Amino acid sequence: MKADYTIDCMGLYCPVPIIKTAQKMKELKTGEVLEVVADDKGIKQDMPAWAQTTGNEFLGAEESGGEIKVYVKKK
Amino acid sequence: MAEQEKVAEKEKMTIVVFSGELDKALAAFMIATTGASMGMEVSMFFTFWGLNILKKDKGVSGGKGFMKKMLNFMNRGGPKRLKLSKLHMFGLGTGMMKKLMQQHALLPIDEFIIVAKDLGVKMIPCSTSCGLMGLEEEDFCEGVGSMAGAAFFINEARQSKINLFI
Repeated sequence: MKADYTIDCMGLYCPVPIIKTAQKMKELKTGEVLEVVADDKGIKQDMPAWAQTTGNEFLGAEESGGEIKVYVKKK
Repeated sequence: MAEQEKVAEKEKMTIVVFSGELDKALAAFMIATTGASMGMEVSMFFTFWGLNILKKDKGVSGGKGFMKKMLNFMNRGGPKRLKLSKLHMFGLGTGMMKKLMQQHALLPIDEFIIVAKDLGVKMIPCSTSCGLMGLEEEDFCEGVGSMAGAAFFINEARQSKINLFI
């Protein structure tokens, strides 16, 4: 999936990837996509929940090996 | 669909932090910072042993009179001096847990306080507990708000969707 920005959260556990996502998303313009690369399995549930609560759009997750990439679109 | 679920006004969350142990403080700060990251307005109300978490990393806090001085001497506190609620084992267990936290890139409590402050989490010391223990606002870390009482907490809690007691 294509993204405008990416943040590396490898090795970081909940809630740090979510905090970093929230901080980064403030810099994005409407319609731009953020990719979060993480290895904490919780992120697959956490990111859609974060998007739902904050009104942003969760685009999906891609997993390969231990690496999980999640995508959110700024609304 | 997303439109309907979008949070219109800022939802509130209130956490009473009564305990002063490392593990419980960690839980409180994780929930608070996550809530703030999810767009909620978060207030943490620190009372009794919970005040230890916020104490500045300096010598023994103030307090007038023998009993208050003894209390603060026995109960020095500070985010770096918190113990585990279980398996403290004279510091051995707590030391190992801190090492594990470091290895797993979990934030220590002193850094969590800074992150919480940056995210706009309100950290409020309970005025009665402070009075009881001889603590002043200057005994607390940077970012800690002004003291308040139970009525303030009830008013915050009344408007909150999430209320926790840790």
